[in-house]
Amino acid sequence: MNINDIPVIDTDVLVIGGGTAGPMAAVTVKEQDPNLKVMLLEKANVKRSGAISMGMDGLNNAVVPGHATPEQYVKEITIANDGIVHQPALMAYATRSFPMIEKLDSWGVHFQKDETGDYDMKKVHHLGTYVLPMPEGHNVKKILYRRLRRNRVDVENRYTATRLLKDKDGNIAGMIGVNTRTAEPIIIRAKAVIMATGAAGRIGLPTSGYLFGTYENPANCGDGHAMAYHVGADLANLECFQVNPLLKDYNGPACAYVTGPLGGFTANAYGERFIECDYWSGQMMLEFFKELDSGTGPVFLKLDHLAEETIQEIETVLHTNERPTRGRFHEGREVDYRKRMVEMHISEIGFCSGHSASGVWTDETGATTVPGLYGAGDMASVPHNYMLGAFVYGQICGESAAEFAKSRGDVELDEAFISTELERIQAPMKVKDGIPPEQMEYKVRRLVNDYLQPPKVTKKMEIGLERILAVREDVSKLCARDPHELLRAMEVQSIIDCAEMAARASLYRTESRWGLYHYRVDCPDQNDADWFCHTRLYKDQNGQMASGTRPVDDYIVPLGEEKDAYNKLRVQKAANE
Amino acid sequence: MPIANHHAAVPVIVDEDKCIADKGCTVCIDVCPLDVLWINEETGKAHMKYDECWYCMPCEADCPTDAVTVNIPYLLR
Repeated sequence: MNINDIPVIDTDVLVIGGGTAGPMAAVTVKEQDPNLKVMLLEKANVKRSGAISMGMDGLNNAVVPGHATPEQYVKEITIANDGIVHQPALMAYATRSFPMIEKLDSWGVHFQKDETGDYDMKKVHHLGTYVLPMPEGHNVKKILYRRLRRNRVDVENRYTATRLLKDKDGNIAGMIGVNTRTAEPIIIRAKAVIMATGAAGRIGLPTSGYLFGTYENPANCGDGHAMAYHVGADLANLECFQVNPLLKDYNGPACAYVTGPLGGFTANAYGERFIECDYWSGQMMLEFFKELDSGTGPVFLKLDHLAEETIQEIETVLHTNERPTRGRFHEGREVDYRKRMVEMHISEIGFCSGHSASGVWTDETGATTVPGLYGAGDMASVPHNYMLGAFVYGQICGESAAEFAKSRGDVELDEAFISTELERIQAPMKVKDGIPPEQMEYKVRRLVNDYLQPPKVTKKMEIGLERILAVREDVSKLCARDPHELLRAMEVQSIIDCAEMAARASLYRTESRWGLYHYRVDCPDQNDADWFCHTRLYKDQNGQMASGTRPVDDYIVPLGEEKDAYNKLRVQKAANE
Repeated sequence: MPIANHHAAVPVIVDEDKCIADKGCTVCIDVCPLDVLWINEETGKAHMKYDECWYCMPCEADCPTDAVTVNIPYLLR
């Protein structure tokens, strides 16, 4: 099949990824201008795709008037992220956070309210109050789906995007991809593109060894990060890995945001609290990691001191929302929250701005460094964004992309590039005696664990990079027996790209920062004189992976006396103890 | 390199007496985020074809006849 056999689909705005940010982006474009054509492309099915496939049990970062101000939020996230943030992007989120909650509320998403009808805010963060429970949050995807239908967004399910296209002036031009059930290629020409492809959650190997037992939905394998890289967009701060505290082996959230406000906490083997605050930050993860390997480890979620009705409330929320098989996992091991603490562990690494700060660089308008290309949700670089940030940046990107598309004339496609990409897509199904994607994926992810999982050591990372590049040499041997295996073969190439990016980004920043996320044993100190900057990772003019720096913009919210608050997370014992 | 088939116990079970995939239902197959549920060509019923499960549960929650059960994958149990 060559390029002339494939009909080109035209749209004004293309949204890639139908999880959380994607549907909001698509609906927003239609709200901006119902005459704009919007296409939403999804690797799975928008009804149940992405990180919130079974809903969500709460908002982790809601900025609600009367409980917090946007300035307080921007300050706390700046401190939690060791100063390396683009504050205007945080502020854009913080000011739109509450209007978005009200919009979702009007759409039928249920948030917990107190007896007076106010949002029932809880304190989990170190400084401010930003957590809003949503015990009935299991229907978020259904509500989004209704909005897509009502706004007449064209949805294409079971297509995976493989490369973004740009025109000769360097503007975005669309994408090429493949159907995951028929292996038929698809070419979409678009005036603007919004990526909402989720975290890169399949780079490392979970401790269970089960390839799909990842923290993130394994469909989120880093396609968006790889596509952004290849089309020439900047990625930022990739060395700020996502590493999360999870239920051991189950690899789902424990979940401190649900249990914390009800009296549960993270404890050591003796049932003692060892961290001041359960909010997920790199500094907290470093204390968690130290406790795991100490004489008082491992680490547990402690609930066995709580009253029966509290435990029932926790079970109802945790076993019906977000990751509902959690109850079955406990049942299989005869773990009862009433009787014993639940063992916890740390997750495999990933790139995820929702929980850390790594991702495709985007500014306060959602724009990447490629004109016409926008990014929202876990794949974009706005730190600690979580679900509400995905919705807000979906909306921001929808507005920006609609504007860009309206000002744009006809879009020209690069046929030579498309032909080359078609060959790459079709190659694995032509190989007979080769390497199945599963084996190659296991190998590269095992290398990531062995050599890149923090604590990071320079020589180990250099060996890791060399070994990852050796796996890349085998890509031409990838074989796929059917379209499903072809999907996995395309995914493993994104995983290899992300693994290489993880190694190079970590080697570039020669200091330690963000607690465990970038804890470099041989450069153990934070070095603000040389490294108070974002790092860039990009494809240079010779097609090589390159690194550089980007200055941190002047703060719009000063940090004041609380600037070191996140460096004091370990519980201080009395001197006479 | 030559390729071997290797066996794996899969976590999703479909009760073939309850499953109505042979009457045209594809709900579980549609909602699976990893596309691992397929029609078994011999029986016409849904089954888990690839051991690539996130134990996330839409297949079980959305099945109109309660035919689907999601177990925890053996390696995690």
